[in-house]
Amino acid sequence: MFGTGLLKGLGVTLKHALDTFEDDRESVPDRYKGSLDLGNNRRVIQQPIDQEGLLTIQYPEEKRLLPERFRYIPMLIWDSEKQEDRCTACGICAKVCPPQCIWIVRDSDENGKPVTRCSEFYIDAAVCMSCSFCVEFCPFDAIKMNHDYELAVYDRYPQLVYDMEELTVPLEYYAALWPTQYEEEQARRKEEEEQKRKQEEEKAAKAAARAAAKSAAAATDSSTAQAAPKRSAAELQALAKERAAQRQAQAADAGGDDAAAAKKARMEELKRRAQERARQRKEESGQ
Amino acid sequence: MTEGTAVAEAPANNLGLEQDLSDAVVGTWADDTEPAFVIAPDRILDVLTRLRDAHGFDFLSNLTCVDYQGYGGKLRAGIDARLEVVYNLYSTRRGGGSIALHVRVPENDTVPSATSVYPGANLQEREVYDLFGVNFDGHPNLRRILLWDGFHGHPMRKDWHEAYYEEDAKPFRSRHPKGEYAFHEDKLPWAKNTTYPAGWDPDSWQEAVAYVPVSQAPQHANEPHLDTESIVVNLGPHHPSTHGVFRMLTRVEGETILALEPEMGYLHRNHEKIGERNTWLMNMPFTDRLDYLNSMSNNWAYALAVEKLADVEVPERAEYLRVIMAEFTRIVNHTWSIGFILNDLGALQTPALYAIEEREMILDLFEAVSGARMMCNYMRFGGVVRDLPEGWREQAAYLANERLPRALDELDRLLTENEILKARGRGVGYLAVEDLIALSVSGPMIRAGGLAYDIRKAEPYGIYDRFDFDVPTLPNSDIYDRYYIRLLEARESVRILQQALRDMPEGEILGGRGGYTLRAPEGEVYGRLEAPKGELGFYLVSDGKTQPWRYHVRSPSYINLNALGPMSVGYKVADAIVILGAIDIVLGEVDR
Ligand code: SF4
Ligand code: SF4
Repeated sequence: MFGTGLLKGLGVTLKHALDTFEDDRESVPDRYKGSLDLGNNRRVIQQPIDQEGLLTIQYPEEKRLLPERFRYIPMLIWDSEKQEDRCTACGICAKVCPPQCIWIVRDSDENGKPVTRCSEFYIDAAVCMSCSFCVEFCPFDAIKMNHDYELAVYDRYPQLVYDMEELTVPLEYYAALWPTQYEEEQARRKEEEEQKRKQEEEKAAKAAARAAAKSAAAATDSSTAQAAPKRSAAELQALAKERAAQRQAQAADAGGDDAAAAKKARMEELKRRAQERARQRKEESGQ
Repeated sequence: MTEGTAVAEAPANNLGLEQDLSDAVVGTWADDTEPAFVIAPDRILDVLTRLRDAHGFDFLSNLTCVDYQGYGGKLRAGIDARLEVVYNLYSTRRGGGSIALHVRVPENDTVPSATSVYPGANLQEREVYDLFGVNFDGHPNLRRILLWDGFHGHPMRKDWHEAYYEEDAKPFRSRHPKGEYAFHEDKLPWAKNTTYPAGWDPDSWQEAVAYVPVSQAPQHANEPHLDTESIVVNLGPHHPSTHGVFRMLTRVEGETILALEPEMGYLHRNHEKIGERNTWLMNMPFTDRLDYLNSMSNNWAYALAVEKLADVEVPERAEYLRVIMAEFTRIVNHTWSIGFILNDLGALQTPALYAIEEREMILDLFEAVSGARMMCNYMRFGGVVRDLPEGWREQAAYLANERLPRALDELDRLLTENEILKARGRGVGYLAVEDLIALSVSGPMIRAGGLAYDIRKAEPYGIYDRFDFDVPTLPNSDIYDRYYIRLLEARESVRILQQALRDMPEGEILGGRGGYTLRAPEGEVYGRLEAPKGELGFYLVSDGKTQPWRYHVRSPSYINLNALGPMSVGYKVADAIVILGAIDIVLGEVDR
């Protein structure tokens, strides 16, 4: 009969409407299963895989529950146990990054020798494609994916070019976002450290034995030259503390004018330097 | 021919050609996984015709070009011709692998157009003309296609540099260790790219519309006794029915379409040039952005091609994971496409929303395993990047065994018997399946015309030979069948999912060298798979470095558009909208 197909279809839509209503009614006042309060009057909603009706998450009052592996923009890890940045300025992340939106300045000591620490670290979040390669290939677990996706600002530049201060988060923050991975990682790191310690001990023991043998053989030899440490542990720690204090001060007036102005000034300087270089290059190429 | 030598004297009949054509083959290229033959330019049409008629190679799958200027590899030593046009032919009747033909062209020379043998060469030859500057003699409509007429140069040539050109290959030196990065804003954005072709005046330029009837001769006499006049109407580029930024330039008489030309390139970003600056691995997340509904199968297609080139093994569990992701993606794509065919028919939003509801559940699963709903970046050379999180398999099994079959049945009940859908869809957009093949159309469109050609069966990749599934076909080759075939295919995907989720073993997920330092051995490869929209292929050439020398995407959306004009002529304007919808394009993949 003509029209039965239409009627059948209408039946389906009616059922859907009723299902949605039922789903809604059942979960009042909890509204949706798996939801929890977040303070700020925002709730986090998990879409149950067996829900029948259509479900709308009322963003921004409500947010979706993100899975642990959710990736957005990277963050740098400040190891709060050791009071230092995990990043060693090895540059691997800058090399693997497909759109090349990471750039790093490696720090140097007072003699101009490069050290395993960066003085500047930028990620252009407007260019980052959230691929997570930097995280995958970082050998020091120093860079991880942040879950924070509410990054809207009025200007791309300089707001979306994140510097080291903006990128750095304490280890605990990472542990809270990525609990499973964090556990695995910590276990692995412990083991590695243990191994390293053992190796070093063995080495030291061997070296001591060798030295003893040597000194026994040629007691007149001049003492082995010891490389001076580039910076003492105490110095490094002081530096780290200073940085941490800076960060805390900035966090205290987050969004405050001072921090923004400081960053703006930094970016201006960077921009000036880049322009200078561009000019130089042009002159060199005789254009 | 010993391995690793360039052009040996070709054993004449390697190609299986009869004696009279054996002199057309002037050499073979490299030690390939598949044979590639170098053909004399003036004999290429004879060879193509013979291969099509006598040897069953009825499907011109891929046609592209490679610029070998500055090529450092050993294999091509001593060859002067700068450009090389590449053809990949398949047989849809027999299945099996491809025959690759090469034609060497010196710069600024001409090649005979293959359009007279394979009409499907149309868009692909225009692309080669646009991006490489190769002229095709006898092409009916040789104009630029992805770029506009005022564009200076041919960007896929190796000596062409983009506006913010930094270096030939990533990683760029300015990123580490001194951080000498310069913002693009500071590099004087317009300094380098405002040249026009010689004799070109941007102010006096007007788009020529006279070509509209050129490619399909219009019949101009529906009502001979009336003094009527046909007019040119633009559908798009900014129009909700074009599924993105896409334009159909039509010549209509009344409501009837006399001729239709697709106009595209608005989203063109020269994906392939970016791909040749990138290292092999860096391209993986870029493939996500091609057909952004199906990043999983894009990832797979690219990984497949590279694995073929570099001989990488994939562990068992990873093979299963790939199948699971690809089939979930197919369901996402087909439900989405059903929803939007109905949208184009005027059933605004209801079917689309019902479809998206299921998609939502699948995307949640993708996100849980890969970290992103659409830009999954999940596969690597030699496997996949992460194993399943806890509870994932159970949820997926619930979807595959209970929820999705129920949802597909519901869509079926909602739509299939619907009288309006039948009235609007039956007999509309008809094109005989032979014509579709000749136009290089692939995927659900040809299966809706009655030809059971599916790469998963015809040339199985991965572990598809282990699963029990059918290739559904429908006889009518019209809008209605193109809607319904997608529902049937989604059901088959559910069947595959059920088996894969049941049988998947534990074990390794990433074998071989998946890392970013991969150097593929010198050679070329064409790897393809059955993406939800049709045949997705990657044509790669390696000179043994960390970057691909040539990176070409054979995208089904783009090539299926060959059929848009021929399918629409004679139908009403309102039908053209649905005809386009039923091809199922994604502009990210069309424009690349
Ligand atoms: S984040 Fe990791 S990869 Fe990047 S420079 Fe620091 S240590 Fe190296
Ligand atoms: S996520 Fe990808 S694009 Fe973003 S900074 Fe890391 S490597 Fe670069």
